[in-house]
Amino acid sequence: MRERPLGRSRFSQRLDRLTPLLMITPSVILIAIFVYVFIGYTGYVSLTKWYGVVPDYTWAGLSQYEQLFQLERFQADISNTIRFTFLFLIASIGIGFAAAVLLDQKLRGTIFFQNVFLFPLAISFVVTGTIWRWLFNPNQGLNLLFGALHLDFLKSGWLIDTRTALYSLVIAATWQMSGFCMAMFLAGLRSVPDDLREAARVDGATEFRVYQFVILPLLRPIILSAIIILGHISLKIFDLVFVMTFGGPGYSTDMPGLYMFIATFRQNLYARGAAIATVLLLMVAVLIVPYLIWNLREEPER
Amino acid sequence: MSVATARAARKPFSLSLVRVVMYALLLVLAIFYLLPIYVLLVTSFKSFAEVARSTPWQIPTLPTLADYTAAFSALAPSFVNTVLLVVPATLISALLGSLNGYVLAKWRFRGANVVFTLLLFGMFIPYQSILLPLVLTLERVGLYGTIPGLILTHIVYGIPITTLIFRNYYATVPGEMIEAARMDGASIFNVYRYVMFPLSIPGFVVVMIWQFTSIWNEFLFAVTITSGDQAPITVALNGLAGSLQQNYGIQMAGALLTALPPLVIYIVLGRYFIRGLLAGSLKG
Amino acid sequence: MQRTGVAAGSLLAGASLLEFLEACGTTTTTNTSGKLTGNLEIFSWWTAGGEADGLNEMFKIYAQKYADVKIKNAAVAGGAGTNAKAVLATRMQGGKPPDSFQVHAGQELISTWVKASKMEPITNIWKDAGWDSVIPKDLKDIVSSNGDVWSVPVNVHRGNAIWASTKVMSLAGLTESPATYSDFIKLLDKAKSLGISAPLALGSKGNWQIAMLFENGVLASGGPDYYKTLFSGKGSFTDSKVKEALTTMKTLFDYVNNDHPTLDWDGAAQRVTAGTSLATIMGDWAKGYFTSLNLSPGKDFIGAPSPGTKGNYVIVCDTFGLPKGAPDRDNAVAWIKVAGSQEGQAAFNPKKGSIPARTDVAKSLFDPVAQSFMDDFKAAKLVPSSAHGSATPEAFATGLNDEMGQFVQKRDVNTTANNLQKLADQFLK
Repeated sequence: MRERPLGRSRFSQRLDRLTPLLMITPSVILIAIFVYVFIGYTGYVSLTKWYGVVPDYTWAGLSQYEQLFQLERFQADISNTIRFTFLFLIASIGIGFAAAVLLDQKLRGTIFFQNVFLFPLAISFVVTGTIWRWLFNPNQGLNLLFGALHLDFLKSGWLIDTRTALYSLVIAATWQMSGFCMAMFLAGLRSVPDDLREAARVDGATEFRVYQFVILPLLRPIILSAIIILGHISLKIFDLVFVMTFGGPGYSTDMPGLYMFIATFRQNLYARGAAIATVLLLMVAVLIVPYLIWNLREEPER
Repeated sequence: MSVATARAARKPFSLSLVRVVMYALLLVLAIFYLLPIYVLLVTSFKSFAEVARSTPWQIPTLPTLADYTAAFSALAPSFVNTVLLVVPATLISALLGSLNGYVLAKWRFRGANVVFTLLLFGMFIPYQSILLPLVLTLERVGLYGTIPGLILTHIVYGIPITTLIFRNYYATVPGEMIEAARMDGASIFNVYRYVMFPLSIPGFVVVMIWQFTSIWNEFLFAVTITSGDQAPITVALNGLAGSLQQNYGIQMAGALLTALPPLVIYIVLGRYFIRGLLAGSLKG
Repeated sequence: MQRTGVAAGSLLAGASLLEFLEACGTTTTTNTSGKLTGNLEIFSWWTAGGEADGLNEMFKIYAQKYADVKIKNAAVAGGAGTNAKAVLATRMQGGKPPDSFQVHAGQELISTWVKASKMEPITNIWKDAGWDSVIPKDLKDIVSSNGDVWSVPVNVHRGNAIWASTKVMSLAGLTESPATYSDFIKLLDKAKSLGISAPLALGSKGNWQIAMLFENGVLASGGPDYYKTLFSGKGSFTDSKVKEALTTMKTLFDYVNNDHPTLDWDGAAQRVTAGTSLATIMGDWAKGYFTSLNLSPGKDFIGAPSPGTKGNYVIVCDTFGLPKGAPDRDNAVAWIKVAGSQEGQAAFNPKKGSIPARTDVAKSLFDPVAQSFMDDFKAAKLVPSSAHGSATPEAFATGLNDEMGQFVQKRDVNTTANNLQKLADQFLK
């Protein structure tokens, strides 16, 4: 239905000018409530005394946070998250970059390998966890394979050993997510103009030097993006831990994201759960907010 | 073409030894990615007795579909739940994203960038930080514990990413097309309806594939909001593993059934899937 | 699935909506003619196996008495009751309670629904039915508060039991389970010397199984009164008796299978049936696991009180209560009477694998282990289980689980005792 080209009524003109706002309003309201009001409520609960199924909004100030940071379990959570994130980032970015460079060589079968590296991204962390939990069962999976291959020195307690459980999680998470880095790097590598590489080669640079001095600097924004995207996924990690270890053995793989769930929905420690959620949010915000602002600043250049 | 031929012409890596090394590296990586799938497949065709024999790396001596039958009968109801969840949640969040994307790309009002950034933040938050009020709210409106409650949740928290993808997509539509339609007297909404929307198919494909796979695979909301006969398949798969501790064949068959729909989409429409994936890095 | 009683209680945050939602004036079946009609919705997590069969037996009895009432079985599967508890919480706060629901005796009921004024006392039903004479007072106390009774116990599971493989026992030249922990540890040593590297089977997924070891240990070291005082928050967890229990546990850990964090209790029971372990300490639902594999008590396995706890009974007890605003109140009252009746308990318990809460049910209906437990039950001192949410509120019980998960890894008696005391200071006062 088209409108008359000229002489729209004043009403319809005003309506027209308001249309963009009307179109976006439902979403804005939903996000305002479901993100910002909800975060506010969680923050409020974290300042109360509420535990047990009956709500208790008695003001408790920051005492939940004080308790939390003295809690052995939460201290373990923080250290686990940092170690996990660090290792997971190094492994994913390293493998992703190596795979991308290999795939950028125009070898035969590139498409096949590319698809192999990417498919884990399409499946659920729950599926990944189910498979790897079995591979890491010390009486099954990998240990039997290493035994059969006479590589007994590689055998390990994997998920049942407090010393190795976290690394096992890193392996499973890397299996799932390193393809993401690969895809980002590959997109980056393919956008590097060929004449740039050529110019460097003409200047007598070895292939290694070309990567070191020409390509890597161009990929720096991508590395930053990868760190932020994977980093925030890693800080929030829940599904994989829930399925593979539920935080055990001991607290060796417990994470804030999981403990928040357990504290709130299994232990009825609502105020503590809210405090964990708030700490988690702050950790993610530290990573994400500068990134969003940086994106916002760059907008006009688009 | 000329770029391609120029590339093919360069030969710094044509040394066959280098090639062999590169292929070897690719192969090692491929084994890392495929090994779990191999075990999953062979185990899922084994009988309980054979799984118990602790020879997970051998192919089944007597392949059987028993694990699949058992897994299917255990997971079928939750499979249906997930379908009932994914379809409306994907469609509605895509539609909202498209409306927002259009406005934010083409009709920037004052403060549009701030609004956009505030929307985007919703995509990065740890959902733990909204989980408790979400449960209380859903309860209050009678949707807690139900698939419709989960649909609403996924629609709302899908808005940021769908908006982002559509906004970036619509930014590539030339402004002249809109101006031409405006000259013809089309209202802002009609520009969307008659000009932008028909152009949006590729955008919708990317967004819908992304939403479909993420909602299909999602676990935190699912396990918090639903249980029992309202649970989607990821929750049911985890329950399956919990209750059949020792029966790895059924677990593996169940894992494959859970992974299959997103995998099929990835195989058929991989290109669009990757585009959705990279959109998460904002600049994609 | 058997009862695993994961000590994870009322899952639901939702509890908090209490303050928003008054019971939304649901109508009660009016019953003028004295004949019951309408519906009866019974909520539980008994969805499979012997427990579902037992529930159906009780339904049959109800149907015979009240043929015009339509029974609706609202059992919720999964998560060993955690899912059901979440759904229940939602319904209670939404003002849509079932007519009656399964709940563990003790704090799981008292410190949640009773405290939130969501239950109607059944004191008069109890009195009229004369249950005082057939249900032990210790048990009544656990389902009572402020002078009122809040639910009727239908069964009793024993939390302090040990299950041993007769085959492995006979290798060690024994036919009876050891009476004390020091004897037990000698036996474990002997099994070890016979080549059984992990003679004590443990599945600790979720850690509540270690909490059961702990409560068994405290009961053995301190006795029933000490136990009750301790778990009611009046004792001290840094006391020598508690440390004695922890030290015993620490010794036991040396005999435990190393993959215990990946196993649940049934995985541990499986080790016993396979003969790779000598014994496991677990509630008497383990018996259901053995009998489901066609193993018979006495011949293939031995069931006995856990070391040092003879004469005591750690109670894990399912009960049914009357929620305020039950849509068919009269029918629910009739259900509670059936659940507490001799007939009802005689039908339910042999299938469920538990013993009746009433002491007047014919022993001949039960297997030998259950018979001996029934004898014990009559004479024994009864104490509620903490690991299963009866003795202590959820916040303490789950915190105890956490500490136990740490203890099995770090094995530091003093730290664990101190941490438990902190937990008690916070949640048992």
